[in-house]
Amino acid sequence: MSEILQSSGERQELVLNMGPHHPSTHGVLRFVVHTDGEIMRRAVPDIGYLHRGLEKLAEGCSWAGYMPFTDRVNYLEAMFTNLAYARAVEKLLALEIPPRAQYLRVMACELNRIASHCITLGCIAMDLGAFTPFVYLLRERETINDLIEELCGNRITHNYMRIGGVAFDVDESWLKKVSAFLYHFEPVIAEFESLIVANEILAKRMAGVGVICAADAVAWGLVGPNLRASGVDFDLRRDQPYAAYDGLQFSVPVGRDGWVHPDSVVGDCYQRFLVRVEEMRQACKILRQCIAALPSGEIMAKVPKALRPPRGEAYAAVEGARGEIGCYVVSDGGPQPYRVKWRSSSFSSMSIIEHISRGLMIADLVAVIATLDVIAPETDR
Amino acid sequence: MRTVFEYLKALQLEPFWQQLLAAAAVVVIAALVFVVALTIAGLLVVVERRVAGRVQSRIGPNRVGPLGLLQWLADGLKLIMKEDVIPAAADQPLFRLAPYLVMVGVFSAFASVPFGMYLIAADVNVGVLFILAITSLGTVGILMSGWASNNKWSLLGGIRSAAQIVSYEVPALLGALSPVLLAGTLQMSGTESEPGIVALQGGWPWQWFVFRNPCALGAFFVYFIAAVAEGNRTPFDLPEAESELVAGFNTEYSGMRFAGFFLAEFANVYLVSAVATTLFFGGWQVPGLSLAEQAGDPRWIILGLVIFVAKASIFCFVIVWLRWTLPRLRVDQLMGLCYRYLLPLGLLCLLGNAALVLVASEGSTVDWVLRLLTLVPAAAVLVLFFWRVSYHIRRVGDRVDLDLLARGVKGRFHPERHRHYGKLASPTGKGVTQ
Repeated sequence: MSEILQSSGERQELVLNMGPHHPSTHGVLRFVVHTDGEIMRRAVPDIGYLHRGLEKLAEGCSWAGYMPFTDRVNYLEAMFTNLAYARAVEKLLALEIPPRAQYLRVMACELNRIASHCITLGCIAMDLGAFTPFVYLLRERETINDLIEELCGNRITHNYMRIGGVAFDVDESWLKKVSAFLYHFEPVIAEFESLIVANEILAKRMAGVGVICAADAVAWGLVGPNLRASGVDFDLRRDQPYAAYDGLQFSVPVGRDGWVHPDSVVGDCYQRFLVRVEEMRQACKILRQCIAALPSGEIMAKVPKALRPPRGEAYAAVEGARGEIGCYVVSDGGPQPYRVKWRSSSFSSMSIIEHISRGLMIADLVAVIATLDVIAPETDR
Repeated sequence: MRTVFEYLKALQLEPFWQQLLAAAAVVVIAALVFVVALTIAGLLVVVERRVAGRVQSRIGPNRVGPLGLLQWLADGLKLIMKEDVIPAAADQPLFRLAPYLVMVGVFSAFASVPFGMYLIAADVNVGVLFILAITSLGTVGILMSGWASNNKWSLLGGIRSAAQIVSYEVPALLGALSPVLLAGTLQMSGTESEPGIVALQGGWPWQWFVFRNPCALGAFFVYFIAAVAEGNRTPFDLPEAESELVAGFNTEYSGMRFAGFFLAEFANVYLVSAVATTLFFGGWQVPGLSLAEQAGDPRWIILGLVIFVAKASIFCFVIVWLRWTLPRLRVDQLMGLCYRYLLPLGLLCLLGNAALVLVASEGSTVDWVLRLLTLVPAAAVLVLFFWRVSYHIRRVGDRVDLDLLARGVKGRFHPERHRHYGKLASPTGKGVTQ
């Protein structure tokens, strides 16, 4: 046994390899954890196991042909990555998108947001030892997958957005199904809350754990729910509206001390959890408005068959389920992208783990990873 | 077993034959206890999986045998036939020995579980002590497996387990001592001539030790929580916390050795339930019958067995239910719960019981007042609880309607399935995060 105890200074440290295959790292991801008993001295993330060269691949595809690859940037947020890429190219082409397509984009994204949060919230509960909420939420996600399958034929890798609009139109029956789903899903959120969110054990496991102050969150480039849980009121949908978000009413949940549980402080794991629960509710609200306000008309702008955007560069960002997903494209005027760069939320979330994990317990690291919602493929791309 | 020995003595055989028969009886009874415990553990595995399935809106195993009840045999066969992998760097002898220690610890305790009047393998006069002591053997096995696997996760699991079991043994013992005080004996079952803990209770709830006085009720909760924690069950399953320690102390185990740990865990769940039933809930006592009447007719003894198993099953269900509902505690919270809450509460209940035993002799007015004071609020809480449960079921409904799906009603948005929501005042409800 002596070889597993590595001497470090005066006290001995146990160096644990959490991953690449570990039940709570969600994908192939490794943490090198230096512990003193149950207390962690350091937890160093080791990424790169899932690098697929998605940025380089773009340089060999046509502009439109890269769209299916964007699905693979993050397997839980295909709609958002689709949209980020489409918007970036549309900026280069200076396209005007028809309003119906804009609304359909919002609807697809918000459905995807709910699906993504279902997985995240379920996984948080599962990583903290409660398996049942995961199953309940996965069931709801399955319903959303069915809806999206009916929309575009795919359940996970949607490939729904197109440069200039969306791929498929919807009919009245699909909208009715979405309404039925919302009618069904909002009580499910309430049920989820009474089942697990307000659970004392779960709250105690997360309240006050892994606190990220607003300054740190900004410095490390956290985005989305993680940033808002730290008390920074920033949401691209509201602050830099795109698609149809300009005309939609919704509130942006922000972390606050003592939210739900008195021990909870701004920026801890519990706030990140709660922000996501509330975001699901807001997504339902947005979807209802979209169904009511969906305009008729075209779903695609007039786009030439062979796309050759003018020489230049463009950056477009959308508010994904994990926060800002940025896509930066460079065109040399040719039929293929000259360069595509992704800005992913998981990468910045991953980088802060080493900073906040000092002095936490091993069990807390699981909570931190889960609530920061790190998706390994998105980190590596 | 003593009954068997007395019977053998009465046969007046030569000493050699007598001893041989006695040895044979010991072997047969031990094997019987083992088989009974193994069957119970196996069935409990299936029951847990079925209950978990129901909790999670799934079906659960239902293919092998009626209601899937033989699933555990199929699983067991599969595990026997699997390759028994021992890591190259493992400490071989300890690695091999560990699962047996865990199993011996739990299964031996079944020798002193009174399934019914006379249906107890060894009704020794220190029964409670024996059960509490022999189950601790499991700790040694778990620690041993954690060490011998030569795996850091196993080691952490083993250490966690040792700390947890050693800590929770104290409140468990304090909780179990209250009925011992009330009974004045450590013997589990007993008969009319030689009363044990069960024999000194009665068949009706007001005759059970748990409702004897408020302190006894408290002692029951202390015992039950501590015993669940000792058995490494959720919310106290830190030694094998899947999302943290992969599988904890049994990470490196496979095949039959893994099955050993697995069955021991489930046997322990039943053991905890059985001990709680015996100490606090009247064990095998048939309501309305005296001990002599029960002893007189084998049918009453069988009925006692049924009553015992039913009571113990309820506790098993509660433990399973907890597992599929609650998240897991953190190590420091676990220790905090033990030393800051359970230990003082256990001591308080023990002292309270000691005082009340002095004040209220059995059958006195004070005694009856105390029993009423315990039983009535407890019953009220239970009624309230079931009312709440039924309220929630009515409100949100049991949303997975597998029957409708089976009848070919496809699609998740069938209006009939979603009729429950029409009753809600507002579809959103008032959520806590708002």
